Amino acid sequence: MIIKILGPGCKKCSTLTENTEKALASLGLTAELIKVTDFAQIAAHGVMSTPALAIDDKVVSVGKVLTTAEVEKMLQS
Amino acid sequence: MNPVLLRTMAKLILPQLASSKKGNQDLQMEVFKWLNDQVLRMDWLAWLVGRLVEDGFGMDMAGRTGASVHFFIYDVIKIFILLAVLIFSISWVQSHFPPERTRRILGGMQGVSAKLAGALLGTITPFCSCSSIPIFIGFTSSGLPLGVTFAFLISSPLVDLASVILLASIFNWTIAIAYVLVGLVLAVIGGMLIGRAKMEAYVESFVMHNPVLDTPQEELSSRDRLQFSCAQVSDIFGRVWVYVLIGVGIGAAIHNWIPAEWTESLLGQNNWWSVPLATLIGVPMYADIFGTLPIAEALVDKGVGLGTALAFMMAVTALSLPSLIMLKKVVKAPLLALFFGIVTFGIVLIGYLFNAYADLFI
Repeated sequence: MIIKILGPGCKKCSTLTENTEKALASLGLTAELIKVTDFAQIAAHGVMSTPALAIDDKVVSVGKVLTTAEVEKMLQS
Repeated sequence: MNPVLLRTMAKLILPQLASSKKGNQDLQMEVFKWLNDQVLRMDWLAWLVGRLVEDGFGMDMAGRTGASVHFFIYDVIKIFILLAVLIFSISWVQSHFPPERTRRILGGMQGVSAKLAGALLGTITPFCSCSSIPIFIGFTSSGLPLGVTFAFLISSPLVDLASVILLASIFNWTIAIAYVLVGLVLAVIGGMLIGRAKMEAYVESFVMHNPVLDTPQEELSSRDRLQFSCAQVSDIFGRVWVYVLIGVGIGAAIHNWIPAEWTESLLGQNNWWSVPLATLIGVPMYADIFGTLPIAEALVDKGVGLGTALAFMMAVTALSLPSLIMLKKVVKAPLLALFFGIVTFGIVLIGYLFNAYADLFI
């Protein structure tokens, strides 16, 4: 599984990254976590509001710092 | 409540009420004026800080140092209070208009009304210029005309609801409303000119071919909005408080230490070059409107034309080196130059207009 955090590197993006790491750990999953900070690449995913989260190149959330619980729910579905 | 504070408030309120027994309409005017003076301009705070400076620090308010200290403390506290309240309320409104929704609204419109809608929606979008690039790409990819996107891009940093309230607080409501109107007109006309120029070829090619993602943002609950708004307040506050301190510091220095003859001879009303000069000084600077307003306030106090001060403020907020560098990544030089030219020209024109009709405003 590849998880991408899309965002130019603001504080919100790193919070989302931390929450995602926690969610992965609590579910016992391993995944490759990639931070996408380049605007062109962010846009190539069709994302306009950051931070955004993509699981296996499918954008599942935009413009919101998800909580650990919310990320867990997305990882399970 | 603190008895001293109560007595202070009574002292401020009672004379106003006593003087307003002339009839219902007068009373309403008085109430409005009182609310305006106390809530928006925070005269109570000016008074409190005055006591602190005179009695607490033992400084003379008529003296330079005392007046500078008063200007600094009063303006910093006032701007911080307004900032927190305004960002909170605007974020609440913003949470109803994520970029995805804005794009849908604009996609269904055409012509001047589309540009006007773009300019209006620009007033309620995020403050940070780093979010404007993904929005630019997202809008353009989905086929929105360049004119509409640029109307949005011009108005977004220039006019926002917070700047309106702050202008009303520091100057007055006439100036605040006039500023919004000319800002919107500039955005609409700028958008129309860029639309006419058929510059689509000068947009970097990677901007055009992107998937249009329409993941509907899940419906936010009031609790989500509350959280979002609080997060915005702390986020923006953390980013701009330094600029506010610097801006008010410069304002306090201009206010009490720089002789009026200097500012007048450099930026005074009688020089035709004052407006373009103020614009040129403002363009490379990077600050937001919260840090710029106290400087404009001090300049106007020192005999600089209102239009000159506003031109400086608009130049600082609408155009800055960092935002131009960022835009350069998505558009090619001719389009960037056209955007820069139109906005600069518009700002200078607005400066002259405000100077010419300053009597109407102050």
